[in-house]
This record gives sequence, C-alpha cells and structure tokens, in this order.
Amino acid sequence: MTITPIRSLAAGRGIPIRENDIDTDRIIPARYMKGITFEGLGEFAFHDARFDEAGNPKAHPFDDPRFKGGSILVVNRNFGCGSSREHAPQALEKFGIRAIVGESFAEIFAGNCTVMGLPAVSASGPDVAALQDLIEAKPETEIRVDLEAMRVGAGNLDFGISMKDSYRNALVSGTWDSTAALLSNLDAIRAVASALPYIGGFA
Amino acid sequence: MSRNLFDMVWDMHKVATLSTGQDQLFIGLHLVHEVTSPQAFAMLAERGLKVLYPGRTFATVDHIVPTDDRSRPFSDPLAEEMLGAIERNVRAHGIEFFGLDSGNQGIVHIIGPELGLTQPGMTIACGDSHTATHGAFGSIAFGIGTSQVRDVLATQTMALDRPKVRLVRLDGKLGTGVTAKDLILRIMAELGVDGGLGYAYEYGGAAIAALSMEERMTVCNMSVEGGARAGYINPDDTTVEYLRGLPYAPSGEGFEKAAAFWKSLASGPGSSYDDEVGIDASSIEPMVTWGINPGQGIGISGRLPRLEDLEGAERDLAAKAYEHMKFTPGDPVKGRKVDVAFIGSCTNGRISDLRAAAAVAKGRKVARGVRALVVPGSKRVAAQARAEGLDLIFLEAGFEFREAGCSMCLAMNPDKLLGDEVSASSSNRNFIGRQGSPTGRTLLMSPAMVAAAAVSGEVVDVRDFV
Ligand code: SF4
Repeated sequence: MTITPIRSLAAGRGIPIRENDIDTDRIIPARYMKGITFEGLGEFAFHDARFDEAGNPKAHPFDDPRFKGGSILVVNRNFGCGSSREHAPQALEKFGIRAIVGESFAEIFAGNCTVMGLPAVSASGPDVAALQDLIEAKPETEIRVDLEAMRVGAGNLDFGISMKDSYRNALVSGTWDSTAALLSNLDAIRAVASALPYIGGFA
Repeated sequence: MSRNLFDMVWDMHKVATLSTGQDQLFIGLHLVHEVTSPQAFAMLAERGLKVLYPGRTFATVDHIVPTDDRSRPFSDPLAEEMLGAIERNVRAHGIEFFGLDSGNQGIVHIIGPELGLTQPGMTIACGDSHTATHGAFGSIAFGIGTSQVRDVLATQTMALDRPKVRLVRLDGKLGTGVTAKDLILRIMAELGVDGGLGYAYEYGGAAIAALSMEERMTVCNMSVEGGARAGYINPDDTTVEYLRGLPYAPSGEGFEKAAAFWKSLASGPGSSYDDEVGIDASSIEPMVTWGINPGQGIGISGRLPRLEDLEGAERDLAAKAYEHMKFTPGDPVKGRKVDVAFIGSCTNGRISDLRAAAAVAKGRKVARGVRALVVPGSKRVAAQARAEGLDLIFLEAGFEFREAGCSMCLAMNPDKLLGDEVSASSSNRNFIGRQGSPTGRTLLMSPAMVAAAAVSGEVVDVRDFV
C-alpha cells in the first residue's frame, strides 16, 4: 500500500467567487489542456475570466490583492459542472487551493477533487454567503475546514458542512488514492469478470 | 416492486464494498482518448502497474486532431506531442487503437456504438463527461476524471457511490421537425442544469420508445448537462436490430443469446425509482439556447426571458448570460444573426444528423458572411455520407465538409470562433469560451436547425423548411 497523508484539516485565508454553475471550461479553458502532464496548470486557472484577449488583467478574485495567498475557495451552487476534466481541480490545486467550500458541486468534479485529496465540502446558502461576506470584509481571517468535526470556523462564524460519507472517509483515513485498495481485491475482480455473460462472448 | 435496469447492471458488476463505503464496480468497456489519458498512463508507469484488461480497453484520437490537413507532424507541436503519447501508450500496453490511419477513427462516443463495442448491460467508463451517450443501449456509462482513468486501467474497476435513479418519462409524440436534441434541451430547461445531482436518469415513455438508436444517443449524451451522472434507455427491439451485424457485436448463435440477455435487463412496469417526472413530448418545439448554460433554452417561437420574470439565482445567471451574449431580454429568439454554423460533435455528428442537415441544405446556399462547417463524428460516418452524396450537397451549398473529430465542439484543434462571433451549433455546451474564443457566443440547436440558420444567416424555425 502506498502511504497517503490524511486530509482532515485545511486552514488558510479565503478567496470568494460568487456565481452559480461555474463550469470546468471556465476553470481551465480547453486550450490549456494540451499537455501530457498537469504541471504548470495553476497559472491558467480561470484564465479567461482573469485576462482579456490582449492579456490585460480583468478584475477577478484570484488576482485581487486582498485575497493573495488564499487557499480556501468559497463558491456557490453546482460548481465544476460540465466537462469531466480533472485538469480543473488540478489547476485549482496547483494555484494553491487546499479546500473548496460551496453550496453544491457537480458530481464528477467532486469525485475528481476527492481522488486527488482536495476536500470539496458543502454548506447552506446563507452560511456560504456569510463566509463570502466575511472574507470580503476581513480578508486576513483564517478559515478552518475541519473534516473530523465537519465544521467550518472563521472569525465569529462556525457552521456545519457536509460531503458524501465515502469522500470524507477517504480523506480522513488517507485512502483517497484508490488504486491500491481496488487492486487488493484482485481475486474478486476476476471472479466478477468471469461471471459476466458478455465477457465469455455469449458462447 | 422489481429492480430497474440500473440496479440490475450495478449489482452484476459489483466487486466489493470498499472501506470508504463506496462500491467497487467492474468496468466492462473502457474507452480512452488522447486528452485525459497521458497523465493516467504516467501514473501507472510511476507505480510500476500495467493495464489489467487490455482487451476491454479501446482507444482513439478525437479532441485535438485537425479536421483539414492531417499530415504529420501536426503544425501544432503540443497536439503532435499528445498524439505521440497515446500512440506510445497503446503500443506499450497492447490496447487496440483506432488512430488516424484506421478507418474506425472518430469521436469516442460515436465509434463505441457504431462498432458494436457498446452493448446493453455493460458498465462503461471513459475520461470524458459525455460517456453518458452509451446509456442509449441500456448500459450504465460514467464520465470519469484522469485519476479514475488510472484506476480503471490498473484494475478494470472504479470506486463509486451508487446514485439514485429518476425516471424521466416523455409521454406522447414529438411533432414534425422536432428532434431528439430538442427533447433533451427541453428536459434541461425544465429540470435545470443541477437538477440531476445525485441521480442517474432513466428516459422512458412512448416518445423515447419511438426514437431510433441514434436519436437515443443524442438524448443520453446530454444527461451530464442536467447534472446527472449517467442516463440510459431500456434495451428493446430497436436496440437489438441496431447491434445486429456490427463488427464487435456478438455474431451467429451468440447474438441471439445476447439479445435475450439484453432484453431481460429492461426495467419492467413494476420497477421502482427514487423519483419520477413526466413531460408531454407533443408540447416540445424546436429549441434554441440563448444563454451560457444548456438549461437556458427556449422554443423557437418564444422570446428571450425578461429579468423581471425570473427569480433569485436564475435571474443573476440570466443577467450574466445577457452581458456575455449581448442579447436584449424580451426579443424574439428568431432572427438572431449567426456568423458560424457548426454541424458535428458526439451529440449530433452521426449519419442521421448529417442527413437531416443535408435535407435542409439541399438546393440552398449558405448565407453571405456565414462560415459553415460539417464535421462528421467518425470516419465511418464520413464514408457513409460520401456514399450517399451528402458531402456534395453540403459543398454545393457552401458548407465545408471536414474530417472526423471533435472540432469546434471544444476547439482544442484549429477550428475556433473568432472574437464575439455567434455560432449556431449542434454540439452540447454553450459555456463561455467553449468554442475557442473567450468572447464567442454559442446557440445550441438541432442539426437541421443549424443548417436552416446557416442558409438564412439568422435563427429560424426549421419547420418552415420541411
Ligand atoms: S464532441 Fe465535444 S463533447 Fe463530444 S467528446 Fe468531443 S469535445 Fe467532448
């Protein structure tokens, strides 16, 4: 078994991005996926929302000096919808994001985050909005995303969060890299395969 | 209450319950393409693992390939590097590869079905969200990220939470000129782009049963646009007849056995679901999207929604959409000028789509100033279109007729919108920047509607052409 660190606590300053249905094309435009590694994706995170076509910066929380160095991304509904590209959470992580707090996440995106050890946790609309307000008012506030207690704490705020049990288990037990666990059931894999009618070619 | 197809297929493929609580699911068919696989193969190499079932894995190239000059090396060195990587990886692991020199090359979700690789009752995975397409056969098919591609390569299984199942029933009959694309755009508009979170969709009802296999693929393809993890349709005689004789489908006596097995999987009238919704198919018009997500669509006779008629989050999103699209709320959707017409993609790049578009294009001319592109979904589709003379109809009308690939669906190859061009597109996503220009604007519609827009220079009702 490869030993993976547990990911039960993330703490840092926040970056708020207020909008529903932010798709993975927005998080990492397809033209930056033309590489055979994930290296260097961080600088292209949200590229087209941050820069105009001439390369001049537009106002975006990722470049706002108030949020510089932030590692907790705070988003709204259905974040990460669209393309299944793991390049999206990879770009966020390479940018420096260590946890995402949002109202809800697209499923493939949430799964992709988990298998790379990046917690994506849900909270109620009012709690998310309060946290976004707090970050904007006091950007220096440290935000703690605690997967043991399943709570977020920041300044005077303290609220409950949720995520799929399986994702939480994987992160807090350090088993989010799933390959080894899957491979340990090799005999069962072969047994299921040999019982499938289509594998025998329906002979 | 009996089990629905989803539960039957899931149970058949379940290997174990993992310590996280997820199920480990055997994957019957793994499809691989050049964009989401190189990192997965690299992770495999790092850990000294090999592909466990290379015979259940098939690869092709589609996303980055040029659709005009395909001579190697490509003029884009990054695209060339990605193609080189998949060629090396399939060779190293003994994976069957439909590369550029194969007659079977094409968009991964077009070639799986047309080769007979996709079959009812299978679990299917691919590092691409539109893997849901394969559900049209009564398989359960998941789009996955690159780390999961690694898992499937190394173990032929993946870890998954079992979703709930929602029956989306389409009762009644589609009207003339109304297609499967309109049907799924209407479902998106009704259920919302996050309405499917936590669910797999089973599409049923009379209007679904009446669809051809290619139309069913269009419907299932866009399940992910509604937030659903998978979408499927029960196998029936239409499914069986489509598969008969395909190169990778069972043959002879095996086929009859397979057919009986396939049909036995269909959810019965007594099957239970976690949720159920119904839509009257006869109320569906040709649809057009006006915004920046696929749920922002309306019937062709409608008007762009006024902000004051919308509430909360929907209103904010509409405001954002209008800012990008530069449209005026309250205007009719008909009459929006278009600069580009794109017919293709895994949603609508099959032969029936090309036929429908050609029927509109025949004897007409692409409007002045419109760039119109037909990109067949696969080499087989292209060959069939040529055999039927569709290529000549398109060329005569002023469309370009290209080689197979994803092309302007996501613009990872040289086919892109320029500036804030408006594109009438038969693809599946109208996200900001999706068609290659950060300020480009995409209107999703059926291929026949795209052809009608191309020859009119603006959004029109295809029913006036047929
Ligand atoms: S055609 Fe478009 S949606 Fe389909 S696989 Fe290619 S890029 Fe993805």
